[in-house]
Amino acid sequence: MAEEKKIFKVTIDNITIEVEPGTTILQAARRIGGDVVPPAMCYYSKLKGSGGKCRTCLVRVAAGSTADPRPMPKLVASCRTNVMDGMVVESMTNNTVLEARKAVVEFLLINHPLDCPVCDQAGECDLQDLSYDHGRESTRYEFERRTFERHDLGPYIQLHMTRCILCFRCVFAADQLTNKRAHGILDRGDHSEIATYIEKSLDNDFIGNVIDVCPVGALTDRTFRFKNRVWFAKPVEADRSCTKCSGKVRLWMRSDR
Amino acid sequence: MNAWEKLYLPAVLKGMFITLSHLFKKKATIQYPEQKRSFPKVFRGLQVLNRDEEGRERCTACGLCAVACPAEAITMEAAERQPGEEHLYREEKYAAKYEINMLRCIFCGFCEEACPKDAIYLSETVTPANYSRAGFIYKKEDLLIPDPTKDPEGYQKALGHRAKKINN
Repeated sequence: MAEEKKIFKVTIDNITIEVEPGTTILQAARRIGGDVVPPAMCYYSKLKGSGGKCRTCLVRVAAGSTADPRPMPKLVASCRTNVMDGMVVESMTNNTVLEARKAVVEFLLINHPLDCPVCDQAGECDLQDLSYDHGRESTRYEFERRTFERHDLGPYIQLHMTRCILCFRCVFAADQLTNKRAHGILDRGDHSEIATYIEKSLDNDFIGNVIDVCPVGALTDRTFRFKNRVWFAKPVEADRSCTKCSGKVRLWMRSDR
Repeated sequence: MNAWEKLYLPAVLKGMFITLSHLFKKKATIQYPEQKRSFPKVFRGLQVLNRDEEGRERCTACGLCAVACPAEAITMEAAERQPGEEHLYREEKYAAKYEINMLRCIFCGFCEEACPKDAIYLSETVTPANYSRAGFIYKKEDLLIPDPTKDPEGYQKALGHRAKKINN
């Protein structure tokens, strides 16, 4: 039997796009781009297995497929739901989805401290952007928040567990980039926290990537702590024709001129 | 001109009457350094770095004032609060260096609006004179408000009515 390449037609917010089978709704929406794209916190396209934790990317599936056009009973996480042929998805056009997103942001911010003026991530923080775009103006939470002491994971990384939203991205990054993961999420539910179990330091050569992957200011660079603010840094093209890394390099650095 | 106008005297008297009548009118000027006019509520003068009621610096060097500043007059450098300095700085990060170039500043008040910590506000002081340009670059010591625990009078004076409106 001749292998015919299947193409699925999916409609997101009245925009139809053709994608390969196995694409998730989120990826299809990103293909379209613009306002249609659901926000995502825990999903990181380059990390295998990421997604499905934070529920920010909720969308409504108005019709499952051409074969079975019934709508899905609940909102689904678009980063974990694959498209079907003839699927109709509502993202920005559905009020329930927008309300749900607001609620998810409120949940994410329950334990997150409002220390953006102090936090080094401010300005490149996904949660900050998310709450600006989709959040409520104020919180309704009135109980004591979960707080932790600041923690140094080795000489380069600082863990500020209070800010963590448990997206698991750093865990996936350490799993997929280093040969032995030294940190992970301990405990369950409300008690879960990022830790190295018994005060180990993260010293793999590639472990610095967890700082970059962290969507909030939970993992920050110790060597760069309080040195700069994101919006003071300006891009400097630093491309080098080096045989080892030969790539486009853009340095973001602070300069007064 | 007729004979009556050629006499000039009536015109002179008329002019003198206007001049002398001003003697009895309310003066438009005030004796400046001794007397001062009250400023309107929206007046924006020199910047002041505020402290909280315990005398700790409010500024966390977040840089929002510097990024909001259209004249790029503000520069700062942050530092981390060490254990034992809790009575000096309100948050774990503080401004080690904070400079405002008053020659660049246009007193728009955007820094005050941008500040998330009520740390900077524009007072009622007008920029004083100076002999050198370097003297107009105000350092943190020049900008900080007097400590309310040590110098409550100077603190209240520097506060003015603008900051009170913010605090209450």
